[in-house]
Amino acid sequence: MVQWSDSERSIITSIFSSLDYEDVGPKALCRCLIVYPWTQRYFGAYGNLYNPAAIKSNPLIAAHGVKVLHGLDRAVKNMDDIKATYAELSVLHSEKLHVDPDNFRLLADCLTIVIAAKMGSAFTCDVQAALQKFVAVVKCLWEEFNGTLLPEVLSVSTVALYYSHVNKCMNKKLKKKCAYFRFY
Amino acid sequence: MQQQLQTAKMTSLTAKDKDRVRTFWKLAGPVSDDIGRDALARLVAVYPQTKGYFSHWSDVSPSSPQVARHGQTIMKAVNDAVAQIDDLKGGLLPLSELHAYTLRVDPSNFKLLAHCLMVVLAAMFPDEFTPEIHMAMDKFMAAVSLALSEKYR
Repeated sequence: MVQWSDSERSIITSIFSSLDYEDVGPKALCRCLIVYPWTQRYFGAYGNLYNPAAIKSNPLIAAHGVKVLHGLDRAVKNMDDIKATYAELSVLHSEKLHVDPDNFRLLADCLTIVIAAKMGSAFTCDVQAALQKFVAVVKCLWEEFNGTLLPEVLSVSTVALYYSHVNKCMNKKLKKKCAYFRFY
Repeated sequence: MQQQLQTAKMTSLTAKDKDRVRTFWKLAGPVSDDIGRDALARLVAVYPQTKGYFSHWSDVSPSSPQVARHGQTIMKAVNDAVAQIDDLKGGLLPLSELHAYTLRVDPSNFKLLAHCLMVVLAAMFPDEFTPEIHMAMDKFMAAVSLALSEKYR
C-alpha cells in the first residue's frame, strides 16, 4: 500500500489541476515518440510519424496524448486506490497491446520534462520528487498486472472500447484474420 | 580513414546531434554552475538511493552546500565533454578510471543524473529545449555515460 504524505498529495493535485491537458498531453506523447523513436512501434495505425514535424502535427497522436493525461487524472483522483483504478487499463495495455513496461517510464520522463518546462523555477526538487513518485507508482502497478490477470477479467465495456478503437485502425485483411472481430 | 572509422564506432552521435549539442551549449554553458547545482540536488531528492554515494558528507540534503559544490564540479566535466564531443572515450579516460577504480558508481546512476539534467534544462530553457534538442542532449549524455563506464571491466 503506497503511503502519500499530505505535501505529496497536495503537490500532485495542484500540478494536475493547473495543467492544460489539451496542451501538455500531446506535447508529452510527441516528445516521447521523437526522443525515443522505438516507442512508435505501438502507433503503427496512427498515420504519418515519419519525422518530428509530422508527429507534432498528427491529430491522432495529439488526441491520444490528451487521453493519456485523462487516464493519469483518474489516478490523481484515486491516489489511495490506484491499483483498482487501473486494473482494466493495465491488462489492456499488457495483454492486448503488449506495451513494454519500460516504455511507460520513458513516457513518464517526457511528461516530467514537459511539466518542468511549463512550471520553470516553480518545479522545485520537492515537486519533481512527488511527481516522479506518482508516475513510478503508476508504472509499478502496470508491471504488476503484466501477465498476472486473465483477459476474462476485463469488463465488457473496456473490451468494447478497445475493439472499437482497433476496428477503426486495422485494415480489412487483418480484421478477417482476427476471430474476435466477428462480435463487433 | 582508420581514425574516422574508429570514431564512428565509439559513439552513435551523428554530425547533426553534435551540432545541436554545441549550439544548445552556447546557451547552457554560461550557466552550467547553476545547472549542475540544481541537477545534483534533484538527483538526491528524487532518487534517494543515490545519497549512499555521498555518505561521507555531513549534509546530503538537496539544499546542502556540499551537494551544490559537487554539482558544479560535475557540470565542469560535462562542459569539457561538449568540447571533446568528437572523442569522448579519449577525453573522459581519466574520469572513467576515477569512477571505475575509486568511486565505483554503478553505471545505472548515470542515467538518473542525465534525466535530472534534462529536467533542469527544460525548466531553464522551455522554448529552446525542443524534442529535437532533447534527443541530441539525451544521446550525448548516453555517450558520456558510456565513455565513463569504459574502464569498469
